[in-house]
Amino acid sequence: MADVNRGNRPLSPHLTIYRPQLTSMTSILTRITGNALLIASLLMVWWFLAAAISPEYFAVADWVLTSFLGDLILIGSVWALWYHLLAGVRHLIWDNALMLDIPTAEKLGWACVGGSFLLTLVTVFLV
Amino acid sequence: MISKLKYAFTHGSLSEAVHHALLMKASSIALLILMPLFIFIVGPMIGRPHDDVIAFFAKPFPAVVVALTFIVGFKHFSDGVQVLLEDYVHGTARKISILVMTCLSYAAMLIGLYAIIKIAL
Repeated sequence: MADVNRGNRPLSPHLTIYRPQLTSMTSILTRITGNALLIASLLMVWWFLAAAISPEYFAVADWVLTSFLGDLILIGSVWALWYHLLAGVRHLIWDNALMLDIPTAEKLGWACVGGSFLLTLVTVFLV
Repeated sequence: MISKLKYAFTHGSLSEAVHHALLMKASSIALLILMPLFIFIVGPMIGRPHDDVIAFFAKPFPAVVVALTFIVGFKHFSDGVQVLLEDYVHGTARKISILVMTCLSYAAMLIGLYAIIKIAL
């Protein structure tokens, strides 16, 4: 706590000298995807607001979302959402102290990556 | 050297952290159901004519799914971004950035709710 000697203790390895592992990369990706989803969320709120206000305003918002850039953001966000959802499930499993050993954790990491791309393909195909 | 009292003031009470973690968990489980519904309900309506969109979201089920997703989704975002800022931003900038992102989250939530209620009713 407050009066502990902080000067002469071993440090855990800093991120910059740590070999990247699947588990650490999939972990930081969860945070990146979750926060990046703000952009698509605000676009969706704007789309609904425009629809509520007038057909003319809706035409503008709908044009933006169906433009090339809009499509790119939405498809990217669909992938980010599936990834974040699968990674979240992984955390809910880990919270019960299950599947924490490294081989299983690595398999779960690959499942998140593979599953997110698969679900994105399914979404693009269906929607 | 900082006193134990000062340490407690700067880091806050840990019982708040438990509450925060449980909220994150509860909202994540709700979103596990809401987000796939949102994608497959709202996704096909993007790019459709204005009349179709209004008629579709005037129906109870799509309207309620959208409203619940806005409420739970932006609450989950607000709680999540708070942890991100607590990890990487320090001092006054941390306080201000958390305040700004919390305001943004609730503003987006309420604007979204206003829109879907106006369409649905």
